[in-house]
Amino acid sequence: MENTAHIRKVRRSQFWGFNLLRLIAALTALPVFGVIIYILIKGGAAISWEFLTAMPRDGMRAGGILPAIIGTFYLTLGTAIFSVPLGVAAGIYIAEYAPDNRVTRLIRIAIINLAGIPSVVYGLFGLGLFVLFLNFGTSILASSLTLAIMTLPVIISTTEEALRQVPNSFRVVSTSLGGTRWQTIWRITLPQAMPGVITGVILGLERAAGETAPILFTGAAFFLPRLPQSPLDATMALPYHIFVISTSVPGMPVQIQYGTVLVLLVFVLGMNLIATLIRNRARARRQW
Amino acid sequence: MKPKLAFSERLITLTIRVSGYSSILFVTLILFFLVREGLPALGDVPLSSLFGARWYPIESYYGILPLITGSIIVTIGAMLVALPFGVGTAVFLSEISPVWIKNILKPVIEILAGLPSVVLGFLGIQLAAPFFRTFLNLPTGLTALTGAVLLGFIAIPTIVSIAEDALNTVPPGYRQGALAMGATQWQTIWGVTVPAARSGILTAVMLGVGRAIGETMAVMMVTGNAPVLPHGLDALFLPVRTMTATIASEMGEVAAGSAHYEVLFLIGIVLFVLSLGVNIAASSLSLRSKKRAERLLS
Repeated sequence: MENTAHIRKVRRSQFWGFNLLRLIAALTALPVFGVIIYILIKGGAAISWEFLTAMPRDGMRAGGILPAIIGTFYLTLGTAIFSVPLGVAAGIYIAEYAPDNRVTRLIRIAIINLAGIPSVVYGLFGLGLFVLFLNFGTSILASSLTLAIMTLPVIISTTEEALRQVPNSFRVVSTSLGGTRWQTIWRITLPQAMPGVITGVILGLERAAGETAPILFTGAAFFLPRLPQSPLDATMALPYHIFVISTSVPGMPVQIQYGTVLVLLVFVLGMNLIATLIRNRARARRQW
Repeated sequence: MKPKLAFSERLITLTIRVSGYSSILFVTLILFFLVREGLPALGDVPLSSLFGARWYPIESYYGILPLITGSIIVTIGAMLVALPFGVGTAVFLSEISPVWIKNILKPVIEILAGLPSVVLGFLGIQLAAPFFRTFLNLPTGLTALTGAVLLGFIAIPTIVSIAEDALNTVPPGYRQGALAMGATQWQTIWGVTVPAARSGILTAVMLGVGRAIGETMAVMMVTGNAPVLPHGLDALFLPVRTMTATIASEMGEVAAGSAHYEVLFLIGIVLFVLSLGVNIAASSLSLRSKKRAERLLS
């Protein structure tokens, strides 16, 4: 008798426990769903050809957001130019060259810390080194370099991860056929790991494209009457533009705010989607 | 032909090695420039002002205590949200979720991780702040609470992904053993699986804390920007100002080299040291637990 009561109690606690976990998962996911759909609806109404291709007018309360779109494109491109070669090379070093010693452990700690440093501290660093010390001024160049260093740990870790997944037999065969270490990497290992590397690069750049704090004092401008002409010009950028129009412009039409947010989300989540597609396709095709 | 190949190979190896070491260089450079710009503050600003309770730079009051407590309040609040939701979602995903729900839920968490913080801040201003204002009947919705809830959502993806990994690496034999002895699934989860993954879950929570302390834009936009020392528990429902938000909102207006500028860099040093501590602690914790697991399984 006592036993069945106990079993019933245990079953009841499992029933409530499972439902609690289901509720928690739902409460985590549903707001994200809801918010994305809400932005799509509210922002979609603002999207027009003019909105995407015209300069802002009336203190940004009308017209388009072209300079912010172009600026974010330039910044992402600049970040890629600096961070991709360096990050991929560093990932290759750690996966293929680094001996298991104290220096390598120090490199790992450095990467973990680079990944953890708050974005606004990167902004301070960029201001101190690139803007003032190297005298680049508030410019696309200074912002791109700052964002590039912030993006490095993501690219390094994913490159390393992708290279480590390539089976060792590939390297052994290449070496036994007389390939040097670099030939093995360049012709065999890196091409095999390429989808993983590209995924990592895109995820890193996606984060850089959406960041505001590192560009606040290194290159972002409130408003510029013309598009940037050189890497030493300051630029408008989508994330900073969202910050400005949602906090510092009185009487800002809500529709334009949602429209700008939607454009940034399409930019960022679009990159995310491409990365996911590349990863899934490579997984499906892989023969090892 | 052969020596040329050897030369180019050596050049490439050197380039790659230098790139590999670059991370150490960058961490050192970051610390160097923070110290170079920020440390003079200790000489230029009296310590009584630095550790005072007032942050009012126009009149040379540089008390960083209100900013530190602001960061602490918001971070603790964020963890109160992110801990149950993050760990709960991770347990749900790894232990009881059917595959088709997993296939929906995981991309949604990834989208949440990919949302730029300025977008979350915008949503905080547009949706969360008005909601809390009317719901809790407050004079303003831009409070520590709104910031904490947003920060919680920012920290959730970090916690979910690391905690789920930790749960997934618990050997199946543990669960099978518990179930074979007659434990229910629920008892197995809380009695065996979660305790076995506890150090991984703790790592996840620490990295979540690190993420929350360093978060800037979302917090700056929704916490109301009031650098005042809180007096009681009701501080959660009042505007605050975090360390990160102070740097972000004031650095644009100060002259390079002024005392105000130096103090902002000093706050940057505090943030740098905090994130260094959290990350080293978290990584040594996960390394130790990995070693222990290898010992147990061998």
